Amino acid sequence: MTYARDVGALARKDLLLQLRAGDTLPAMLIFVVATFVVFHFALPSGSSDLAATGLLWVALVFTALLGLGRAFVPEREQGVLDGLVLAPCDRSAIWLGKAIAMLVFLVAAEVVALPVFALFFHQLPWAAVVGVVLADLGICTVGTFVGAMAVATRARDLLMPLLFLPLAIPLVIGGVGASVVSGPGRYLEFLALYDALFALLCWASFEYVVAE
Amino acid sequence: MSRRSASGDLPQSLEVGRTYRIPLPALAAFSAVLVTVAAVLVFFVAPNDADQGFSQRIFYFHVSIALTAYACFAAGAWKALVHLWKRDPRADLESYVAVHQGVIFGSLVLMTGSIWAKISWGHWWLWSENQLVLFLVLFLFYAAYFMLRYSVDPGPQRANLSAVYALFGVVLIPVSFLAIRLAQHFIHPIVFTRHGPSFGGWILVTYCVAQVAMLVLAYTLYRVELAGKRLDARLRELKEVLA
Repeated sequence: MTYARDVGALARKDLLLQLRAGDTLPAMLIFVVATFVVFHFALPSGSSDLAATGLLWVALVFTALLGLGRAFVPEREQGVLDGLVLAPCDRSAIWLGKAIAMLVFLVAAEVVALPVFALFFHQLPWAAVVGVVLADLGICTVGTFVGAMAVATRARDLLMPLLFLPLAIPLVIGGVGASVVSGPGRYLEFLALYDALFALLCWASFEYVVAE
Repeated sequence: MSRRSASGDLPQSLEVGRTYRIPLPALAAFSAVLVTVAAVLVFFVAPNDADQGFSQRIFYFHVSIALTAYACFAAGAWKALVHLWKRDPRADLESYVAVHQGVIFGSLVLMTGSIWAKISWGHWWLWSENQLVLFLVLFLFYAAYFMLRYSVDPGPQRANLSAVYALFGVVLIPVSFLAIRLAQHFIHPIVFTRHGPSFGGWILVTYCVAQVAMLVLAYTLYRVELAGKRLDARLRELKEVLA
């Protein structure tokens, strides 16, 4: 169980860093609430609740993007990544630890964002909340992976949304579907399938992103 | 990242290259003949569609180009896997060239699909056309592939990142296809039903010839681009040696 211990240590490092420096999470929170206010004025009065639900998903994806874009920046800037690659642990543990930390941030942001959404717009069905949780898993697995790719390039922040958004389209489709239709079962199944497939792919190929 | 050997001899990569059984000029001539035959069959031999008339003939190009684009993306992912797995030094460039051809054919799918949609349904773009939407997603995905590749310096890191991203593509294709199918239920409840044509006789022959022609054309273009890129790399390395 050294693998689990490595992953735990890496995730704890990120959470501790966040507790001490505390820049990503407040930024995500302020961003998501500001987006809701923008959406309120972007939706003409008389727009259906469905439109607001759709925009909730846009807000969530962009909020995640804000955090994920910075996920590996400290590692690159301080040269930590070289140390982690040399450390006697499986390279995929670096990805998994970071993904877990990002998941904690994203869920923490949503614990505030979803009630605020309910307050500003309308109540969400339970399936939407399950959909958000399942989509979070996919967003964090794929987003962390792509974030590690983006920091290895010269373009960095510029590249992150370009790499991430096409991959996030299926998640948005599944999430919106789960939030708006009456029988959300197969959308939730689809989200779970997405999570499983991409988690496996990320886990298997992360080594090649950090090592030369 | 210099690949020069210590003794100052010619760089190792000069030896790198694949010998193909079919020479390029013969392949080019063959694909020119095939494409001509396909065009003749499509425009003069295949029967008019009872429902859509002459304009339905774009189907032969649209569908065969779409399948060719998938084949290119699959080839790119396969070469990416070979690169990661066997560390074959030729596979990186081959993967890139295959993906590049896939994007070219993918753009053609978007264009031919758009023309067909305009003539059949009066709109240049239809969100209810699953194939078109899927190709738009793939186009965006692979456009980012080029951005990724060209913002990393040439070397093992670039080869690895490109390869991993190309592998993501083949997982994204079925997942997106499934997602777009699912999206139909809440975005467009009315699905256009094209009345099933009897797929036989000249229609089948024409389609098969068009399909083979497009595949051979794509392979020819792949070989041409690969030859060009290899020449480029050789020239650069020779300059380095002489400098």
